[in-house]
Amino acid sequence: MNDTALQYALVALVVLPLLGAIGALLPAPPGLKGRDPDQAVLRHGVSVTGAVLLLSIMLAAGFDYGHSARMQGTTDLSWIPALHIRIHLGVDGVSLPLIVLTALLTFLCALHAYFKMPEGPTPKAFVALLLVLEAGTLGTFAVLDLMLFFLAFEMVLIPMYFLIARWGGEGSPVSGHHPSEEALRARSRVDRAAFRFILYTLLGSVVMLLGLLLIGLKAGTFDMVALATDNGSKLSHSTQIIAVLAIGLGLAVKAPMWPLHSWLPDAHTAAPTTGSVLLAGVLLKMGTYGLVRIVLPIAPQGAHFFAPYLAAFAVVGILYGSLACLALGRKGSGGDLKRLIAYSSVGHMGFVLLGIATLTPTGVNGALFANIAHGLITGLLFFLVGAVKERYGSTDLDQLAGDGGAALYGTAPRLGGLLAFGAVASLGLPGLAGFWGEMLAMFGSFHPAAGLSRPAYLTFMALAAFGTLLTAAYLLGVVRRVCMGDRGAETVRLADVRGFEFATWSPLVALTVLAGLWPAALLGLTDPAVRTLLGGH
Amino acid sequence: MTELAGGLVQSVDWLAVAPPTILAVVALAVLVADLFTDEARKPLLGWAAVGGLVLAGLALLPLLNGDRSTFCLTTGAHNCSYVADHFTLAIQLLVIGGALLTALLSLHNQDRLPPGEFWFLLLSSAAGAALLPASRDLATLVVALEVVSLPSFALVGLRRGDRLSSEAALKFFLSSVTATAVMLLGVSFVYAATGTLHLTAVADGLSHAPAQLATLARTGAVLTLVGFAFKLAVAPFHFWVPDTYAGAPLPVAAYLSVVGKAAGFSGLILVTVIGFRPYGDVWGPALAVLAALTMSVGNVAALRQRPEQARSAVRLLAWSSIGQAGYLLVPLAAAGYVSDQGHQIGATVSYALMYAVVNLGAFGVAALVLRSHALNRIADYRALYARRPLAALALAFFLLCLAGLPPGIIGLFAKVVVFSSAVDAGLGWLAVIMAVNVVIALYYYLRWTALLFARPEPAAGEAAPVVRAPASLTAAIAAAAVVGVALSGAPQLVLRFASGSLF
Repeated sequence: MNDTALQYALVALVVLPLLGAIGALLPAPPGLKGRDPDQAVLRHGVSVTGAVLLLSIMLAAGFDYGHSARMQGTTDLSWIPALHIRIHLGVDGVSLPLIVLTALLTFLCALHAYFKMPEGPTPKAFVALLLVLEAGTLGTFAVLDLMLFFLAFEMVLIPMYFLIARWGGEGSPVSGHHPSEEALRARSRVDRAAFRFILYTLLGSVVMLLGLLLIGLKAGTFDMVALATDNGSKLSHSTQIIAVLAIGLGLAVKAPMWPLHSWLPDAHTAAPTTGSVLLAGVLLKMGTYGLVRIVLPIAPQGAHFFAPYLAAFAVVGILYGSLACLALGRKGSGGDLKRLIAYSSVGHMGFVLLGIATLTPTGVNGALFANIAHGLITGLLFFLVGAVKERYGSTDLDQLAGDGGAALYGTAPRLGGLLAFGAVASLGLPGLAGFWGEMLAMFGSFHPAAGLSRPAYLTFMALAAFGTLLTAAYLLGVVRRVCMGDRGAETVRLADVRGFEFATWSPLVALTVLAGLWPAALLGLTDPAVRTLLGGH
Repeated sequence: MTELAGGLVQSVDWLAVAPPTILAVVALAVLVADLFTDEARKPLLGWAAVGGLVLAGLALLPLLNGDRSTFCLTTGAHNCSYVADHFTLAIQLLVIGGALLTALLSLHNQDRLPPGEFWFLLLSSAAGAALLPASRDLATLVVALEVVSLPSFALVGLRRGDRLSSEAALKFFLSSVTATAVMLLGVSFVYAATGTLHLTAVADGLSHAPAQLATLARTGAVLTLVGFAFKLAVAPFHFWVPDTYAGAPLPVAAYLSVVGKAAGFSGLILVTVIGFRPYGDVWGPALAVLAALTMSVGNVAALRQRPEQARSAVRLLAWSSIGQAGYLLVPLAAAGYVSDQGHQIGATVSYALMYAVVNLGAFGVAALVLRSHALNRIADYRALYARRPLAALALAFFLLCLAGLPPGIIGLFAKVVVFSSAVDAGLGWLAVIMAVNVVIALYYYLRWTALLFARPEPAAGEAAPVVRAPASLTAAIAAAAVVGVALSGAPQLVLRFASGSLF
């Protein structure tokens, strides 16, 4: 495929979901009315996200792997000359995997919703919001202009807010004239979680906007490619430090970095299954992607100044996330399975941040790998937990496991098996996707970039390694409590994995295995691009 | 421009002065016609006013070159009192468009207001607002400002027998008269020190003022600016705004918050950037402090509005308009720090245009909700989406524009322009304060937006039947929404002012 076709595919990738979102709000055309309006609009969601997935696969197929450091399929149009903002799109080895991951996860979510619509208001709005969310995330990974990046970064907030606030919660809609006190309390808990999500992220992004403006005004351009080529040569040391502090704060809230993570567990607990999958699988990646794409190449001195602090916070995040999970996994602590996975995300994203903070190609490649792996594995885990909740009506570990354990292996063997698979993939078993990224991140901190304190990074590495042990401990604990145990006398055989669930989950399982067995495919793609971004040319 | 006679007789370019003149003539015509129309035909007066506004808008078209001026001195330096440059045209467009939307908002509830007086007052005030940006001497400026404000007092107090309305008018009147008195004193000082009223000549005179008159000139400049600060409700002279807005009829509050503000700002721009240009090192920092103070006061007070309180919706809009006035001041303050002020003035004008469209839109939806919920509480907006989906979507869009969050792209980039003007001028601290304020504002705008889509109150029982919205109101909201969406797609339409020189 030549570059023009690649260019059209990339533009269509961002525009198609937006058009689809508008289409979802309009009445279905004759011939596509389906069984009823709800079914028609959900099918519309599946077909649009499916088309986007096909486009992204075409993009991946047409991508020139020999030159993955070069921006390909670029579009460069003037949009707002007054502010020197250009519609500049392009894809390279760093963004391509993330674009495909986003398209895949959104498609799987739409598919899941088609068969199992989450409880809430009309599916029409659900599909429209899902598509706007997809456009925003794909836009974030595809744009090459700082202001457009900010715009796309912000675009996901409103849809995600409504997905959490309207479709989230305990699965029991508040209806009738006299809802129970309990339901009302749950309702307000969900509203608070959603509001906290949006406020935290907005707070970060306003600060980030100031940093982006500072860079744009001092360097005279908002173009990320031009800025990366300059490699910070037009920005003074102090400008870089202020800019990195401001931009880094915004991205760190999103990533999330300890101690700015506290919006995440609540948001995940409240969100519907599809919301959690996209939040963990895609939205968190926008933060780390921004660090790699903007902070490292555009303000290298600032990045160098803050790298040790970032690494330290990352390691605290790894340990904190694991310890929180251990506490939640204990018997009698009333831990929630979704909350536990959310905290484990804090730990996993800690590895990603640690890899970035080493400022070495090894570490950053590891970070990007861990990014993708976390998207696949945590996406799968949230789908599975959603299925468990659907069957048991709760994700409370104590209710679920009781004294002896939930015995999922006995009642629903395939579901139990998949859950165990997700857990061991998440704890980083060699041969599965979770292993390579975290290994490379630690390997990177064994030999951090020149000028960074080696003893400090060795300490970080040791602590991170201890974190992997803790991760293994809590994940195996969860598997023991949920999958094993006594079936007891009343053996209710639960519905095992159904057809559509199998269809939704198997791509994630297959890719997890593939990325674990053949990491070179992904690393070969990111490595040249990472070396260019780090200024190695 | 044709030379009619020699000597001191000034020629008048009637085409250049057409926009304010048409408004004034139609205003008088409506007032007179009111006497001869019977009760049944009164609504026609409203349509006549709308027609006049449209006509005045069309009169802008021949001026698009932006090179006309009139009422010029025929001797000495080429000083003109009325200039129709691009700055003038941009503000006149804002004023006439804003007044048109206000008129559309008011067409449906004429039974509550005396029609003849209402339309006369609205049009005269709009005529003054259209004259203000074009005036280039201090006397015309003050006269124009008074033509804007005097009818406004009457408009605020127009609801007969309403105690709150009369109280609001009185508050507005007293503060405004004080402002005028202070300003006139300042203007007379400046005149004494420089011997001229023409703004460009004032700038010249101030930089060459004799040493013994320097104090007088400075005092005059400060007093004039204080007068403007009063009119613009800049903190700490803002106390009259929330009561006035809450007490005034809703369309009048909308008019004051947009057209009144824009006119005042254009006057302030002219006085500072042209007239008092040599004193940039004085008014620059002063305006920066006022901007910081104004936005903080406005946003914090807006944050403290309780949704269950009566009239909280208008009160929130009133306080938030004070906050927005603070943002408008930021580029103006930055103009005091840089030599080429084109970008800064352009940033203020772009922001004002954006703000005018979306704020009028928000008031439009408030007027719609007011028809079914007389208390005008924010709590009345709960689950508006379930009752009126389109109105709720429109209001959400307007609020997100005001907050500066996608899909309100134009609001976001207008803020970016303001931010960059501050960073450009080295006012980093002001940019940070503004960032904090933007976050505070995000909180209350978002809370309101979220309420629109909230689940209906479970214990609300039977909801009031949805009344059909009047066509004129729908048209006003739709117009604001269409312009807002168009600007979001092509922000260059208004942001281009920020890249070039307007004068």
